Amino acid sequence: MIPAAFDYVRADSADAALAALAEYGEDAKLLAGGMSLLPLMKLRLATPSVLVDVGRIRELSYVRDVGDHVAIGALTRHRDVETDDVLARECGVLRAVAAQVGDNQVRHRGTIGGSVAHGDPASDLPAALLALDATFVAQGPGGTREIAAADFFQGFLETALAPDELLCEIRVPKTGANGFAFEKFNRRAQDFATVGVVAASLGGATRVGLINMGSTPLRATAVEQALAQGASAADAASHAAEGTEPSADLNASVEYREHLARVLVRRALEAI
Amino acid sequence: MNIGLTVNGMAQAHDVEPRTLLVHYLREACGLTGTKVGCDTSSCGACTVLVDGESVKSCTMLAAQADGSAVTTIEGLADGDAWHPVQQAFHEHHGLQCGYCTAGMVMAAVSLLDEIPNPSERDVRIGIEGNLCRCTGYHNIVESVLAAAEQMRTQAK
Repeated sequence: MIPAAFDYVRADSADAALAALAEYGEDAKLLAGGMSLLPLMKLRLATPSVLVDVGRIRELSYVRDVGDHVAIGALTRHRDVETDDVLARECGVLRAVAAQVGDNQVRHRGTIGGSVAHGDPASDLPAALLALDATFVAQGPGGTREIAAADFFQGFLETALAPDELLCEIRVPKTGANGFAFEKFNRRAQDFATVGVVAASLGGATRVGLINMGSTPLRATAVEQALAQGASAADAASHAAEGTEPSADLNASVEYREHLARVLVRRALEAI
Repeated sequence: MNIGLTVNGMAQAHDVEPRTLLVHYLREACGLTGTKVGCDTSSCGACTVLVDGESVKSCTMLAAQADGSAVTTIEGLADGDAWHPVQQAFHEHHGLQCGYCTAGMVMAAVSLLDEIPNPSERDVRIGIEGNLCRCTGYHNIVESVLAAAEQMRTQAK
């Protein structure tokens, strides 16, 4: 399978990427690691006429302890998140989730910003970042703006990013080395989660993110509220499917996904 | 567009279409057909090669993205007549049957052992999860990778 023809432009800096987006407009698509975009292009589900390759912008590949949070460059590869010492100490949950994205080959190429900008509800990192109340920093022609994770994921593969913006940085709170659980249920190695759950303790409260339970990554709000009111893990987990709209596919029916959400949330809350 | 890269230590330069996938570039422009196209959907790992020392699925990477990089394919592993320890171990421990997945499996194992020189059996099983084999049931592949790891650690001493 070969993608439809396109023009290829390599940007070596954030400024060069923004200039290319300004020049080519909505016909252009940013290429980071390509682990989500290239399969879509090979299936001709995506046919951009210009690819702007931002995968080599080294200035956007970093993990930094900046006091009250950890800043991660959007083009930091999953492999580098998975093995980062700052994240091991300050946000172990993100490291653990990154370590289960795809397989080694995918983690060598795929980037955290690419995963976020793709906005796939079946991906692990968007739901984890939503649970962590991460902040996304986007750069556009008018300057830089911060977007809360809660406002970022707007629909299936739809985000708050404008076509002329580049996602530059992801900011996550310091949740510590431990105090989290990640439950990813799939039938075969390397598959996307049929359903996944990320739970993390933050500021005395427990945050729960749901993977593949709707058209966007979701927070299990009813579970979080029940926990805040003192419910047991088992009682809180019984609310896991409330407010979700999972789809049915070859792997699971709607009912099965709702069941999985309740079971996986319970396991996560018991493990945390 | 013109790209230039190093493949198995040899400089290569070609005029390619931007949409050319790395696996097709290696097989058709460079004539290196050891790298296989299996599923063509970045699931099976048969097309695994090393780009700057790390395993990637070459069916899901543009040749343009490898411009300026050093690529290693299965043809570049042996040192003259001497097989790479991973190749030798697959031979000795019968880590293949039909052989279709083998080039990718070997390249994935080389990358894995570079990152984890002393892996547990679990490390190996997780480390090759991006490579599918429909013949062996993986048992002898895992044995081969563990044997290669031991051999490489012995050689390094």
